[in-house]
Amino acid sequence: MLAFLVQRISQALLVMFVISVIAFAIQDGLGDPLQEMVGMSVSEEEREAIRDELGLNDPMVVQYLRFAGNALQGDLGNSYFYSKPTLEVIAEHLPATLELVIGASLIIVFLSVPIGVYAAIRPQAWLSKFFMGVSTVGISIPVFLTAIVLIQLFSIGVAVNWFPSDTGWGQWLNDFFTTEGGLPSYGRGDNLTHLFGTWNSGFFSEGGLMHLVLPSVSLASIMLPLFIRLIRAEMMEVLQSDYIRYARAKGLSAGRINFLHALKNTMLPVITVGGVQIGIMVAYTILTETVFQWPGVGLMFLEAITRSDIPLIVAYLMVVGLIFVITNTVVDLVYGLVNPTVKLTGKKA
Amino acid sequence: MKKLIAAFVGSMALAAAPVALSAEATKELKMAYDADPVTLDIHEQLSGGILQLSHMTFDPLLRWTQDLGFEPRLAESWERIDDKTMRFKLREGVEFHSGNELTAKDVKFTFDRLKQSQDLKAIFQPFSELKIIDDYTFELVTKEPYPLLLNTATYIFPMDSEFYTGKTEDGKDKSAIVKHGNSFASENLSGTGPYIVTERQQGVRVEFERFDDYWDTESPGNVGKITLTPIKENATRVSALLSGGVDFIAPVPPTDLERIKQDPNSSLVTMSGTRIILFHMNQERVEAFKNPKVRQAIAYAINQEGIAAKIMKGFATPAAQMSPAGYQGHNESLTPRFDVAKAQQLMKEAGYEDGFTITMMAPNNRYVNDDKIAQAVAAMLARINIKVDLKTLPKAQYWPEYDNRAADMMMIGWHADTEDSANFYEFLTFCPDADSGSGQYNAGNYCNPEIDALVQKANVETDLDKRAAMLQEVEQRLYDDAAFVPLHWQDLAWASKKNVNIEPVLNVMNFPYLGDLVVE
Repeated sequence: MLAFLVQRISQALLVMFVISVIAFAIQDGLGDPLQEMVGMSVSEEEREAIRDELGLNDPMVVQYLRFAGNALQGDLGNSYFYSKPTLEVIAEHLPATLELVIGASLIIVFLSVPIGVYAAIRPQAWLSKFFMGVSTVGISIPVFLTAIVLIQLFSIGVAVNWFPSDTGWGQWLNDFFTTEGGLPSYGRGDNLTHLFGTWNSGFFSEGGLMHLVLPSVSLASIMLPLFIRLIRAEMMEVLQSDYIRYARAKGLSAGRINFLHALKNTMLPVITVGGVQIGIMVAYTILTETVFQWPGVGLMFLEAITRSDIPLIVAYLMVVGLIFVITNTVVDLVYGLVNPTVKLTGKKA
Repeated sequence: MKKLIAAFVGSMALAAAPVALSAEATKELKMAYDADPVTLDIHEQLSGGILQLSHMTFDPLLRWTQDLGFEPRLAESWERIDDKTMRFKLREGVEFHSGNELTAKDVKFTFDRLKQSQDLKAIFQPFSELKIIDDYTFELVTKEPYPLLLNTATYIFPMDSEFYTGKTEDGKDKSAIVKHGNSFASENLSGTGPYIVTERQQGVRVEFERFDDYWDTESPGNVGKITLTPIKENATRVSALLSGGVDFIAPVPPTDLERIKQDPNSSLVTMSGTRIILFHMNQERVEAFKNPKVRQAIAYAINQEGIAAKIMKGFATPAAQMSPAGYQGHNESLTPRFDVAKAQQLMKEAGYEDGFTITMMAPNNRYVNDDKIAQAVAAMLARINIKVDLKTLPKAQYWPEYDNRAADMMMIGWHADTEDSANFYEFLTFCPDADSGSGQYNAGNYCNPEIDALVQKANVETDLDKRAAMLQEVEQRLYDDAAFVPLHWQDLAWASKKNVNIEPVLNVMNFPYLGDLVVE
């Protein structure tokens, strides 16, 4: 266990070192941060003076060493745009992103498990086929489009009059397809509950939850089909195995077989994939947050790129790298708990 | 030459509106712009966002009206003492948010601070000093006779000198202008304007509340609280309005103009803007561009009307010059000259019938549809056998390339900070000179000392009619010479809910006077 943790920590350090080097190497391609800091009519001399002040005229190696020296003391520099330490800026934006990921994860867990299990137990039922069909559609629509369609349907609202309204069925169909709208389409709203530090939560008020609905659903829409299919496939495989047959022969109830014995083994690969996916989901939030003007790290990162806010870009990449390493470590630990036959060691088995 | 300039000209806008007292300011306004102000220090950066903030939280000495005239604000009246001096009378009994009273020493403090500002000092370069006569009288003195004195005075938003003087707890000078990093002024604000900033979360929202002791009790404005949310994504901003999440948005993307027009609950206001979009033809890089016939051929080959109609969906005014209507240099007789046959003819006369190949660069996220416009221009040039190798870049990468003059034709959009034609020429067509900084954005290397001299002469001509004639001549000569390829003035658009009466408070400078906004 200790060897395992030591290995992971050194891995994390290596990952962050590599990220910082790469981020520094590409900064020339990111453009000139001064463009966002001064007006168009400011003379070149003035610009040079500011560049000197910021240390942008030093050779890349000098800049990197200065950065690395500060980073070792926990200082990742100041954001040009926010005029604050980058870690502080990220700490302010991270809770919003984490809440979005939590919201999406909850949707995924509570929908994918029952649907996946159902589709595995009753593969021929029309409902299973319906779910599989929808999930194929879901997986192939980009999140950007999903988000905009969701906003149109549930935030702005759509009045449908495709069917003759003078007939009962036409009226019914029109009403069926017409949506009212009214769900918030941007931001986190005003009713946030302060938990601790920089964490203001939207989970404890109606307004906050309402603001979470559309962004979480569209973020979940990318991963949900994947998990439904994964759980279904794994479950079907497990149901064929000998111990399940034995349990059936022994006369255990179907519920006990499916949800206790079969599901437990189904979840093993799902946890592994899930851990990796949570990391990816943090990355996907860039798109979702942009569409919903969600004040999280994804939107912050995208804006930092357009503003060439290099310190913030570097810090963000390092923090995300760290999140990836941490989630993978946690997944491995959880894996050990669920399946005691897996041993955590410093070396590969 | 003593001429009293009527101090009440501009007040007609106010007089026409029903008089309401600020005590009735109970309405709430939620609005979304594409960005929030980067700082609370109005001298830290010269940008549209900061000017919008300035007009909400401060008041200028005088301000522009919708028809580009002046309307007195903190200055009650002004009169010319001599060629170089203008005397201003300050409104009495005006209070800052901090409770301090506005006097001439605050104006002087502001003026001196403007001269320190990296972004604004260029605009105040023609001024030598501000002389205090008494508590409510001061004089602005210029080095040379300066016709744009009043234009420039619209940039003077008196700051609370007492509030911004002294040291902070950690020993920093409160009046310091710091470009990057925290300063007192970037986080604290005391102006005379209609709104106080009550809460600000950078990138998330800014909240404003109406200032109880606002001096302008005649203002019809009845909005007591404003929440400004930055929504960068165009589609989201429009959705926020259509779904009722916000009451007022700007800018409105051209693709959504129809949608908003058709929405029964929203109203749309568009105006022809003052930002010119143009291409420079670099004579230093391309020998052929030195030939006026080639440049004219290009001018004839570009279909400005087509670009405005098809690509901009009518959301632009086709241009054949830099000065928009309303500017002194605007020359009515200059219209787009699209004629492919003529263009081909000119290429033939210049000896380039078989054409040549050039490189072109344009940003792809700076101006409305900038990359599509560049593609269209490239296609139009192909018809006169000029092959274009086009590259479009995000703005952060584009401007360094622009400074290096990295392509033969480069796009730029320009808005004159002084709201005056001469500013266009100084930055875009003056002979480039690294020492004086003139022609800083002249990526064409077009150089005509005669025209430059004419502009300089106009710059010290205080007889505005004579000056206008000079500037119009400049515009004519640049047109004849085809010094650059003008495309259009980008239109401006705002949208709001029906009950928000935005039209009277909007203007082509794009700083809505939200203090006077009426919500029904």
